[in-house]
Amino acid sequence: MNYWPLLGVAVVVAGFALRLNPALVVVAAGIVSGILSGMSIADLLALLGHSFLSNRMLMLFILTLPAIGLLERAGLRERARAFIAGMRRLTFARLLIAYLVLRQLLSMLGLNTVAGHPQTVRPLLAPMAEAAAEKIDPALDDRARENIRAIAAATDNVGLFFGEDVFIALGAVLLIQAFFAQNGIDLSPMSIAVWAVPTAIAAFVIHSIRIVLFQRRIAAGNLSALERLADAAD
Amino acid sequence: MLRIEYAYWLCGILLAICALLELGSRRFPQAAFWGILAICFLGGDTIESAFAAGNKTPSQLVGVGVVVLALLAGSGKLKRKSEFDEDHASRIASAARLGNKLFMPALLIPAVTLLLALTQPWLHVGDISLFDARQSTLTALAAACVVALFAAMWLTRARPAAAGVETARLLDALSWAAVLPMLLATLGGVFTATGVGDAIGHLSAAAIPVDSRAACVFAYALGMVVFTVIMGNAFAAFPVMTAGIGLPLLVVDHHANPAALGALGMLSGYCGTLLTPMAANFNIVPVALLELRDPNAVIKAQWQTATCLFFANLIFMYFLAFR
Repeated sequence: MNYWPLLGVAVVVAGFALRLNPALVVVAAGIVSGILSGMSIADLLALLGHSFLSNRMLMLFILTLPAIGLLERAGLRERARAFIAGMRRLTFARLLIAYLVLRQLLSMLGLNTVAGHPQTVRPLLAPMAEAAAEKIDPALDDRARENIRAIAAATDNVGLFFGEDVFIALGAVLLIQAFFAQNGIDLSPMSIAVWAVPTAIAAFVIHSIRIVLFQRRIAAGNLSALERLADAAD
Repeated sequence: MLRIEYAYWLCGILLAICALLELGSRRFPQAAFWGILAICFLGGDTIESAFAAGNKTPSQLVGVGVVVLALLAGSGKLKRKSEFDEDHASRIASAARLGNKLFMPALLIPAVTLLLALTQPWLHVGDISLFDARQSTLTALAAACVVALFAAMWLTRARPAAAGVETARLLDALSWAAVLPMLLATLGGVFTATGVGDAIGHLSAAAIPVDSRAACVFAYALGMVVFTVIMGNAFAAFPVMTAGIGLPLLVVDHHANPAALGALGMLSGYCGTLLTPMAANFNIVPVALLELRDPNAVIKAQWQTATCLFFANLIFMYFLAFR
């Protein structure tokens, strides 16, 4: 077995550690790994090009940008803030936990692309979370606001990942089934999906607790203070 | 019939508009960056057919384009325009005037995607269905975006040119982060083709005490996390780790239930996805979209959830997979 292509992984790790541009690091790692595996430059370029084109679906999110951009120019994010500010009973934690549940349920139905960072987090969830946090502490600084937007993004990720695996008709479950079938073990998709349920519940419980704790930090006014301490320690 | 390729062509048109606008404001590195991507999306279908037919030259040219994209990103010349904020007052006024109607086009994106995804089996004329079965939810998303764009133009009375300008503004803010998910997936393809996955599987299988069930469970779950962190994708880690450890050691030697082991192994990998900048579309693209200064802000917001969940998963695997 040729272990030299593993140096491509080392390039990735070193590049990220040195904080080089990730796009440059990733392509460099591919080239290093390709050359060390003994591939010719011509074959390597064809592999890069073909592999790049066969992953075009990962860029489809830009189709949301024209509509979102126009709405933002017309004040969508400002309106999302005002909407939440006007709802007394909708607290920060309730907003994010409700979003988490909804996102998990939708991805359990295979509806992964219904929500996401460009579609729902940037235009709706992030400004709403900021507005809900402002109701607790009106004097949030920029750093606290960034932390709030980051946990909104994290909530979307957790909801997506730990709902998706319960859905039987695409993605993870089919990959698992196909892998075992290749190795002579026949499994029904349903028998795989049920084992994702405990983790889905655990994900909901753990992340909800973290959201509630985060809300307490906002209420205690130490969301930005803690971060400043961490900065000073750096 | 609506095929996913139409959505790629739409992307290509958006990217071309963006490239032309950058060219107009004499920002040449940006124009080149979006221009190369526009060509990949407008010509992608043709190039892929040529590749399938054995003509590799167009794919090699795309490979050169990928290298140029990386060099442009690495050169630091893709500087972002400063985000304008002089329109803040007019946005507040417009938000007050349009009120909750502003949500309608934004919510049309999820609503129409959902509707089209659910009604798809019935959307056909004779034998020809409206959506191609391949990637049909993504095609539905693309259709929903077009519907939402028209609704947004109607609501805000904006001209189509304004939509182009706004798209360019958002793409400019995303910059190279927009293409990073594709580049990472490309790297995944290269790593598979060059045998990196197999090599890692061999090495990790050689390093664990195989007689201990607990050690094997821990090695498999942790291996899924670490390999997912490196590759940025649990799907890439799953076949490698399961072929290296899961199947020979846990299923065959220790009699684990393969369905439970596979599902929980994959979920351990998902914990790794929450931890890695390599999972760009989940952890890096939102940093750009939400204008966060710390490039690791999203990972920092979710590592605690990922760690707790990993231990929960280990416990599930140890007790549920061996009954």
